[in-house]
Amino acid sequence: MGPVGLYRDEGVVLRTQKLGEADRIITLLTREHGRIRAVAKGVRRTKSKFGARLEPFMHVDLQIYEGRSLDIVQQAESLATYGERICADYGRYTAGTAMLETAERLTSEENEPAVQHFLLLVGGLRTLADGAQPASLVLDAFLVRSLAVAGYAASFEDCAQCARPGPHSYFNVAAGGAVCPDCRPPGSVTPAAETLVLLSALLTGDWAAAGASEARHRREASGLASAYLQWHLERGLRSLPLVERG
Amino acid sequence: MYEGVVQDLIDELGRLPGVGPKGAQRIAFHLLAADPTDVRRLVLALTEVKEKVRFCKICGNVAEDELCRICRDPRRDVAVICVVEESKDVVAIEKTREYRGRYHVLGGAISPIEGIGPDDLRVKELMTRLADGEITELILATDPNLEGEATATYLARLVKPMGLRVTRLASGLPVGGDLEYADEVTLGRAFEGRRLLDV
Repeated sequence: MGPVGLYRDEGVVLRTQKLGEADRIITLLTREHGRIRAVAKGVRRTKSKFGARLEPFMHVDLQIYEGRSLDIVQQAESLATYGERICADYGRYTAGTAMLETAERLTSEENEPAVQHFLLLVGGLRTLADGAQPASLVLDAFLVRSLAVAGYAASFEDCAQCARPGPHSYFNVAAGGAVCPDCRPPGSVTPAAETLVLLSALLTGDWAAAGASEARHRREASGLASAYLQWHLERGLRSLPLVERG
Repeated sequence: MYEGVVQDLIDELGRLPGVGPKGAQRIAFHLLAADPTDVRRLVLALTEVKEKVRFCKICGNVAEDELCRICRDPRRDVAVICVVEESKDVVAIEKTREYRGRYHVLGGAISPIEGIGPDDLRVKELMTRLADGEITELILATDPNLEGEATATYLARLVKPMGLRVTRLASGLPVGGDLEYADEVTLGRAFEGRRLLDV
């Protein structure tokens, strides 16, 4: 039996599941406790004190009671309400959901601190809600950066195998990104040079360069980023095929 | 563990939503002690519900015939459709006695994280109903949560070219609550939808 007590943390709601008559199990990515699951009692009633605070995309300050099997949310205060603005646009909603699912899957262990993942998700949702960048680009930037934080950083310039300085014209998901002609494994693809430049810009956060890219290169970059993610996750993301690419 | 059929009954009851192992045991022993006529009535109700109930061909609501009671009723306004997620929502709205139009049950809400997209809901059937030109207003009454809002946004965008009047149920403060406990989103919506008090 673990220690029983209260703790306070801030987190982003990733997913909610119905539990019993009026409760929900809330999956959150928190700043200090990593990914946690906690019960919000009575949250589905119209008069619940939580209201919309424990809906997906919400950034909340929480007080949680550490239970024996599942923790229980005692209080929740909103820090930022991204859900409203993300939901107002269907493309943004589908991209945002894929971001939440990615964050959940890449933080595989519960209660293991994942500060970088948390900060990346908050930043990603803020950018998505602002609407200044296309939703599809924000999602792809989030995917390549999350993988980098998880230790699967792809190389978009130098050869991922022998580190020979790039740019190179071959790309192989299993090999870790761009590969030189000598290292190229069979089945490598040859994306446009601009696509690799775009992916590199998304990884480093160069929005000016990413924003100047053409639609066909964006489509190709999305395909590569998704393939790279699916390769590193054992099961595919459910939400990714439903993302509406602009 | 109990013997044979008693344990089978407890196991089956335990599979129902909200019924735990203790509850299942309690119901099983209640049934054992109950009058045989009462038990037979329960058995009949269970058999009939599976045999007779199907989904209305027009709106997707539960029905005993090809069409549900509401779609069969000639007094209902055919020009208005209220879109809901589940049949349970139809019952909730009917209780208000405020609405006289017809319904369309989607069978859920768009939830990419659960792998549910527009193709998994009765969206195509709704579009077919709207295409006949009889409908003038579409009321989006999906749940006021994230998935429900996203589903409403999706549908509103989809039917926009048809030039219908598309409305969404109002969100705001629950009757009988305290203002200070309202969350920012709900209170914000209540402000957005405030109305003129003409006394």
